[in-house]
Amino acid sequence: MRIVVTIVGKDAVGITARVSGLLADNGVNILNINQNILEGFFNMVVVADMGTANVSLQELKNLATALGKKIGVDIRVQHEDIFTAMHSI
Amino acid sequence: MFTIKDVLETTRMITENNLDVRTITMGISLRDCSHPDIKVAAQKIYDKITTRAEHLVKTGEDLEAELGVPIIHKRISVTPISMVGESCDANSYVPLAMALDKAAKAVGVNFIGGFSALVDKGYTKGDQILINSIPEALATTDIVCSSVAIGSTKCGINMDAVRQMGQIVKETARLTAANDAIGCAKLVIFCNSVPDNPFMAGAFHGVTEPETVINVGVSGPGVVKRALEDVRGQDMGAVAETIKRTAFKITRVGQLVAQEAAKRLNAQFGIIDLSLAPTPAIGDSVAYILEEIGLECCGGPGTTATLALLNDAVKKGGLMASSYVGGLSGAFIPVSEDAGMIHAVECGCLTLEKLEAMTCVCSVGLDMIAIPGDTTAATISAIIADEAAIGMINNKTTAVRLIPVPGKTVGDSVEFGGLLGYAPIIKVNTFKPDVFIARGGRIPAPIRSLTN
Repeated sequence: MRIVVTIVGKDAVGITARVSGLLADNGVNILNINQNILEGFFNMVVVADMGTANVSLQELKNLATALGKKIGVDIRVQHEDIFTAMHSI
Repeated sequence: MFTIKDVLETTRMITENNLDVRTITMGISLRDCSHPDIKVAAQKIYDKITTRAEHLVKTGEDLEAELGVPIIHKRISVTPISMVGESCDANSYVPLAMALDKAAKAVGVNFIGGFSALVDKGYTKGDQILINSIPEALATTDIVCSSVAIGSTKCGINMDAVRQMGQIVKETARLTAANDAIGCAKLVIFCNSVPDNPFMAGAFHGVTEPETVINVGVSGPGVVKRALEDVRGQDMGAVAETIKRTAFKITRVGQLVAQEAAKRLNAQFGIIDLSLAPTPAIGDSVAYILEEIGLECCGGPGTTATLALLNDAVKKGGLMASSYVGGLSGAFIPVSEDAGMIHAVECGCLTLEKLEAMTCVCSVGLDMIAIPGDTTAATISAIIADEAAIGMINNKTTAVRLIPVPGKTVGDSVEFGGLLGYAPIIKVNTFKPDVFIARGGRIPAPIRSLTN
């Protein structure tokens, strides 16, 4: 199962490191990263594979929400199907 | 493959523009629950619903978590209870309504629809008992919804039923007067009723439906409004195109949720209902879309034309996104559930007569409209007849959900709470239709019913 992790918030040092650390710690393999700064806001989209994960999507989501709160950004974890459905025919 | 722009667009739709899947509604056939003893029938109804819908709420919550899109309601529709109850040796179906209420609460859904009768052309014994039971059923249950079909393009309009439904609406208001006639918010009167509608209060599981089915209602007025902000100043072609593209995206999410829910619940995937269903939340309003297109206020001149375009463009966009489309499919205009409509009534721009005109081009009818408590049963019947005539002649669904609030009049407002919102009492024309309503009988099916 592939997931999309979206991180949006005020830019700060170490956001990418913290998020990729969280994914690595839970056995989630990163396939693609897109990151930029738009008007001072940090935007990052990570596509990752849960095939080797040692947590469920729901557990990862809870961990990501907690990390987001700690470092002051909004982290969403979603199944990739919603994006595929919405943006491709 | 999607791009970063696509991902951020989807995220914005969900977090800022109230994109959601409005409802996953499980339709359950209760045709095998009949029994001469009403207590046995009630138990069979309870058992069947709690078995079939046991995992409905959990499945909805799981999908919401996995996909990251809110799924607001999980609901159930059942076979019209007039048919299920018909074999019972009873003169009231209130015990069956209570069984529905208890079962729905046990599985955790927030509404159950199908305390219904289909009397387009006339009553059976069960239809009559059911309709007589509606006021007490709605007053003694919390989450049971009722609907009565009183006409269709194929059958004409049953004016005996129209007359009786005016009285039933009044009686329901009287029995629930302590709660501002909340019972009437759970009662819909249809012309050209829809057997696979997932939206309340008018959902029921039609007789042509399978044993168990999943129907999904999408939403997203806020998303359409936001998309239209990017084409300000452009012509109506650009407006229609933008709505179509947005409706396509919204519907694709609904299609995904419906397919996955049906698979997990071991039920047939029925239809996607392509409706823009507003909520009282700021930014989730159909009226605001019309104002974004260029009206000073919803209800003013131009409202019917802009609504017609919106309704049509939503269907064209949504149709491409789903393999099975059905239900009501169009823009809803429930007054109390739409912040922009509430404002339009409050400032005097939106009247009952303009709402009636709007129902000629949108998907439903006079919906969630609070009217003075002293409005007579005959006047309510006549409003129902007018609305049914629009549906019958134009071969479309129309519905009436009026709330005559006891003790309140124009200038007052009524608070239903939650998604049902609040509504200012709207003025009703008081010239009397009593002689017309007293005639009864049937308005014959129109010439356009003869299509064979």
